[in-house]
Formats: sequence, structure tokens, C-alpha cells
Amino acid sequence: MRLREAEAKVGSRGHRLWVRLTHWLIAGAVFVLIYSGVTILMAHPRFYWGNAGNDLIQPLFEVPLGPNYHHVSFAPATRFFPSHNSPVTADLLVEPWNQNSWARSLHFLAAWCFLAGLLAYLTFAFASGHARRVLWPRRDELRRKNVWQDVQAHLRLPMPAAEPGPPYAILQKLAYTLVVFLALPLMFLTGITMSPAITADYPILLAIFGGAQSARTIHFFTFTFLAIFLLIHLAMILLTGPLRQLRGMILGN
Amino acid sequence: MTDRPLQLSRRALIGGLASSGGLLLSGCSDQQPPTYGNILRMGDNLTYNAQRLLLSRSALVAEYDRSQISSMPAIGTIDPSRSDVGLHDPQGGEAYAALRKGDFADWRLKVEGSVNNPKSFSLAELKQMQSRTQITRHTCEQGWTAIAEWTGVPLRTVLAAAGIRPSGRFVQFHTFDLMADGIDMVDALHPQTILAYGMNGRDLPIGHGAPLRLRVERQIGYKSLKFLRRIVVTDKFNDLGRAGPIQNGWAWYNGI
Repeated sequence: MRLREAEAKVGSRGHRLWVRLTHWLIAGAVFVLIYSGVTILMAHPRFYWGNAGNDLIQPLFEVPLGPNYHHVSFAPATRFFPSHNSPVTADLLVEPWNQNSWARSLHFLAAWCFLAGLLAYLTFAFASGHARRVLWPRRDELRRKNVWQDVQAHLRLPMPAAEPGPPYAILQKLAYTLVVFLALPLMFLTGITMSPAITADYPILLAIFGGAQSARTIHFFTFTFLAIFLLIHLAMILLTGPLRQLRGMILGN
Repeated sequence: MTDRPLQLSRRALIGGLASSGGLLLSGCSDQQPPTYGNILRMGDNLTYNAQRLLLSRSALVAEYDRSQISSMPAIGTIDPSRSDVGLHDPQGGEAYAALRKGDFADWRLKVEGSVNNPKSFSLAELKQMQSRTQITRHTCEQGWTAIAEWTGVPLRTVLAAAGIRPSGRFVQFHTFDLMADGIDMVDALHPQTILAYGMNGRDLPIGHGAPLRLRVERQIGYKSLKFLRRIVVTDKFNDLGRAGPIQNGWAWYNGI
């Protein structure tokens, strides 16, 4: 109760300490995750659905990224079975570009930091009521008129300088809600669904996401969503008084 | 008297935390992969110990239907006798070429180290042992996956035939190319860890590691070494120098 009162009091005055700490822990981890993740993607920039996907299987799409894009060199394929549509094998003749030795280990090291930050954040957010009071949109805020007003407010330039921290208008609430309660947990879950050891223990992960390659594809789409969020997030900080916003997230107000 | 359990539990807690911290970050234990002060290798060890602590040691990976068998590229070393592709070892390559000419009739798998009866198995002898066939997903570190049917002898059957000494902790694999690697006893004794001589109902193709390859189904593909020639049980962790993953900058444990 005391925590809630304090939270309500500080509501319009900057960011709470636990928000600031977990924000920077997650932000640092996400920066390293993006760097290492893109490096990992460059080793095999093709995406599939289901459990199997490789250079001998038609991809859903291929990302034009790095030296391996549309560049694989195989010996002629041989069929495993007599039927004409049999799966095949072929020898890879040129080693693809591959920096996964460090990129994979760096990705998982950063993922541990990310997981620690996310778990701490979610624990504090739910235990303190922050999630419901500050982030979760109220029904009246979701009315079309209110959302439209907020959209228009975001399109008017120059944007007025904003106080760092809550209370948030509806678009900000929706963005943060989607990121912290959906996209970030989804990155973790689709990430571990690519692990052969973890899915041996929790095969339900493969069932939920429709297979290891589907999970990888959803991991990529969720990353794309988060990358767009990050660009808008940074743009909004630049447009609403970057020094004050930065100070708010470091010192609280 | 009432204080005692509390003190004990507090001491146990502190001791437990300290030792788990040591486990996670240790670079000097002879039961852990060495880190050489590299923070990436410390992260690998954190993942290794966390998975050993949090995951069941006997859980089986998903097995698929024959209809789900997929295409599968052969990558890395696709023929140890070829010097133009993969990690060619001139001596191993020459030995491999000679054995292959005789359809691997003279090929032997040596099993030695911390075992009571060092043994050597011919392909025919391995094929006479109780076999296991499994249709599993291969997960390559590059990001691709493939589903194939593998037939072979469970590694634990072969190790049991040689009699692992109680001090044995790791199992190393040596090949005809420049790769060697090892796994711990949790993976070595897992029922789906097999020495495969068959793939999709036929003899293992050259590109996939003929005559015998390892399948470690709960780890990433490169742990499933191809072109096996020798298995060594060790009491202590050995990073296998330039043949092993660690000194080439790769993680030793790859559950993820």
C-alpha cells in the first residue's frame, strides 16, 4: 500500500529507480543482442516455417544481408529415396561466411543479462501495480476519438517538450505494453524454442510456435517490430527534449 | 537450540551461493571447460551449468515420422580425403581413402582411456549390436535444421562393452579430419546419443560422415562429429587443443 502511494505521488515526476535500472540493463543487453543477432542471421539469412529448413528447402523469404545472400555452392543433389519428390542431400563446396563462433556465445551471454533484466522488471511492474496503473490502457482511453487525438498530437511538429516519465498518453501506453508484455517475452520464448536441449524438456514450445524454424521466423519478425519501436522511441526522445529525457531515465527526473 | 537450524541454513545458503558462483565462472576446475579468461567462454559455462541444473538429464528430443524426413545438406568436411573442402588432415585423409577403397572392411573404432577393457570394433561388429533408429531434427549453428532418420548403436552400449571406470567424466571423439570434440557423461549416456552407421534406411553417405558418425541430439549439429575413428573416456576435461572447439573460439557446450 505504501509502495502504491509513493508510486502515485511520484507518478508525474520522472522514473522510479527500479525502472531506470532495469531499463538500462535491458537496453544494454538488447544492443548486444541486436549486434550479435544480426551477425548470426548473416550466416543463414533464409527463413522457413515448420521444423525443417535449409539451403535444399525452399525458404519463405531470404533477407538481402551479407555475403551469404543467394550465394551457396552445392555439388549436384542426390535423392535419399527412389521417389521423384524425395528429399535430397548435396555436398556444400564452399564454406559460407560465418562468424557464429563469437556471435552465438555473445548472443547467449547478452540473453542472460536480458532475461535477468526482464524478470526483474516484470516482477517489480506487477508487484508494485505499475503495470496496471501506468502502462495498461484504460477502456476509456481506447476510444477511437482519444486514440486519434493522440495520433494527431504525435504528427504535429515541433513537438512540445515533455516531462520524462508517466503519466503516458494512449499511444505511449500501447507501445510500452506491447513491448514489455508481449514482444520481449516473445523474443525469449522463440529464442529458447530453437534450443535442442530446452525443447527436449519443454516440447510444448515447439507445439506453440509450430516448429523450430517457425520460432526462428517469429523471432525475426518480433525483432523487426522491436527495431521499429526502438527507432520511434529514439526519435520521440530527440523530438521532446533529449537531454531532459535522458536525465530523467538516468537520475529520475 | 532454536538458533542452530537457522545458522546452518544460512551457512548452507552462503556456501551454496559461493559454490554455484564458482561453478558458473570457474576457469580452473578440471571438470569444467576452461575459459582462458574469455568472457564468452564464461557465458558458455553459465549456460552449460544452468542447463545441467534446470533441465532434466533424461528428457528425449522429439522424434518424427518417416514422412517428415527432409532434405539435408552435407557441410564442413564432406570427404576427409579431399584437401579442397573442409578441415583436411593429410594423414587422416590418406588413411580414410585407403579404408574407403575396401568399403571400410578394415575400419576399426577404438574405444580407450578410462575403461576397463579397451576395445576395437569393426563396422560389422557394431552392426551386430543392439541398434536404435531415430528420426530427429539436426540443428546447425548457422541457423538451418533438417530432419533425418539415423540408425546406430547407442553410445552407452559401446561404452558399457568397454566398461567405463567410475572415474570417467567425459567422452572424447577423434576423427579422420582435423576435428575432435567431447561431451560429458550426461550426454554420453543419454539413450538418443548414438553412433550412427545408417541414414534414412541406407549406409551413412560419405558427406554425412561414413562409416560412423556421432549423434548428440540435445546439442547443436557440430557436436555430432562425422568420420569417427577413436573414442577416449577421460577423467578430466581436456579441450583437445587446436582440434577442439574452445581454442578455435567456439563453445564446447551447445544446448542452445
